[in-house]
Amino acid sequence: MSENAGQLQRIAGEIRTGEDSATHQLDQALSRINEIDPTQACFRELCPEEAKAQAKLVDAAIARGEEVGPLAGVPIAVKDNIATSTGRTSCGSRFLEDYRSPFDATAVQRLVDAGAIIIGKTNCDEFGMGSSSEHCAYAQTRNPWDPSRVPGGSSGGSAAAIAAGMVPAALGSDTGGSVRQPAAFCGTVGLKPTYGRVSRYGLVAFGSSLDQIGPLASTVADAALLLQVMAGPDEHDATCSDVRVQDYLARLEEPVVDLRIGVAERLLDQTEPPLRAVIRQVIDTCAALGAQIVPVSLPHLEYCIATYYIIAMAEASANLARFDGVRYGRRASVTPEESLETMYARSRSEGFGAEVQRRIMLGTYVLSAGYYDAYYKRAQRVRRLIKQDFDRAFTDCHVLLGPTTPSVAFPFGDKPDPLSMYQCDLHTVPANLAGICAISIPAGHTEIDGKTLPIGAQLQGQAFDEPILLRAARMIERALAPTLARTRCPYPSRSADSPSL
Amino acid sequence: MHLARLARLQLDPADIDQYRADLATVLGYFDQLQQVDVEGIEPLAHPADVTNPLAADQVGDVLPVETIIEQAPRVQGSFIAVPKVIQTEGGGGG
Repeated sequence: MSENAGQLQRIAGEIRTGEDSATHQLDQALSRINEIDPTQACFRELCPEEAKAQAKLVDAAIARGEEVGPLAGVPIAVKDNIATSTGRTSCGSRFLEDYRSPFDATAVQRLVDAGAIIIGKTNCDEFGMGSSSEHCAYAQTRNPWDPSRVPGGSSGGSAAAIAAGMVPAALGSDTGGSVRQPAAFCGTVGLKPTYGRVSRYGLVAFGSSLDQIGPLASTVADAALLLQVMAGPDEHDATCSDVRVQDYLARLEEPVVDLRIGVAERLLDQTEPPLRAVIRQVIDTCAALGAQIVPVSLPHLEYCIATYYIIAMAEASANLARFDGVRYGRRASVTPEESLETMYARSRSEGFGAEVQRRIMLGTYVLSAGYYDAYYKRAQRVRRLIKQDFDRAFTDCHVLLGPTTPSVAFPFGDKPDPLSMYQCDLHTVPANLAGICAISIPAGHTEIDGKTLPIGAQLQGQAFDEPILLRAARMIERALAPTLARTRCPYPSRSADSPSL
Repeated sequence: MHLARLARLQLDPADIDQYRADLATVLGYFDQLQQVDVEGIEPLAHPADVTNPLAADQVGDVLPVETIIEQAPRVQGSFIAVPKVIQTEGGGGG
């Protein structure tokens, strides 16, 4: 076992050699979740019976000397908007309160085929719409570092579950930063693959040209392993690319020779001082490692949020039209005199929260006759300009480096007005617009009101260049390890938690 | 509210003013895109810039009807039951 193996390889390795068992790993996870989740509220639902049955099968196969997959016995949590055949898929919405998916998302199926144990579904902003997990209809997930603060969103439950040591890995989805931002707020690793790298089949669609399922974990190696298992073409998803899946693990420990790291100074100016200081330290660390730091200009950066939200809301309004109360989900009662249209409208307004309704209306507006060209079409043209900015930047560097978020995790209720919430996504939406890959890794901490809060650094790479992105991330993770190791999430960690860096 | 009708939503009258205000603020924010020079730039609908890939016209593995309609609120046989779509008396549908 390589001394630099991520947690997942270590856990799977110990199960494979008999030092541990899938059943024991699962029992530990379940007992920890039962102990602390009542206050953390990471999980929407646990599937202990199905998980135990799966763990038994894994242990039996190992006992018979059979080959098992690279994730055999590893407990994994799945965000509530990703279809699993066990438990419910509610997308954080009352509309789908009792919905049970008849199939597993392709990404989930591939994890299960690799031996992973699906332990349950995590809380998230409704239909992925939010940056704090405050828009979840079921519970308010708390940030394990400071329970008065948000874990980020929309994959808040997944990120918090890892930070609190409940599970070693989780799936989230990222449309405008919903994997990376909670990862940064909770001090974990969060990866958004290149658009089309991982199948979206089974991910309840929010913004179809923006969405990707992404792994959250405590180390870069773990994220790489999860990506390796999930990536690749899928006949069920026409937008899933058939670009060859590279080996993300083989050269992960190899530094990138003559690494060129692009930094957009303007972005740094738009972050709060503690984050700016941490990112500057990361830049200095990279320079000390021999990387070349290159200034880059992304001229259309200031338009990214508007561009993103117009497109995302437009696509969301179309994608959420399927929730009409006919085939699944909430159906409102109507009197015999009332129409089908009333049934649609009442079902939807009873089932959807305010933010979802706001976004559907805005999306409807920007697509409506008379406004389509001025808003949606124009946003798509600016989107091409943004993509061109990135293409140009990447001719001069391997990866871009910057903050993941403009601030640390904020307190609950801090951003009641929608526009102020949208500004949180400043650093993350560009990667979704351009379709490129991006990762957030823990980079440092700051103290506020006696609490330590994590700060994340984001690396962005060219489309399908995950091997370079992950190697660069690993270089930085290794260099920062001695400093970061001194600060742990305040919740008592399992002894098995410390990643061997 | 016309927009709510288009979006098939039934807003609580008490909330309409707040929704209107929020929508106006966000749309005002969106207006900044008018400043961008997009002369000669084609819309980018999709980051991979691909056209529709076609699948072979073959029946593959499909979920059985019974499984799919298990989730429907009201079922009659293998059909999903809904309120009357066509009004037989008086005004038209909707």
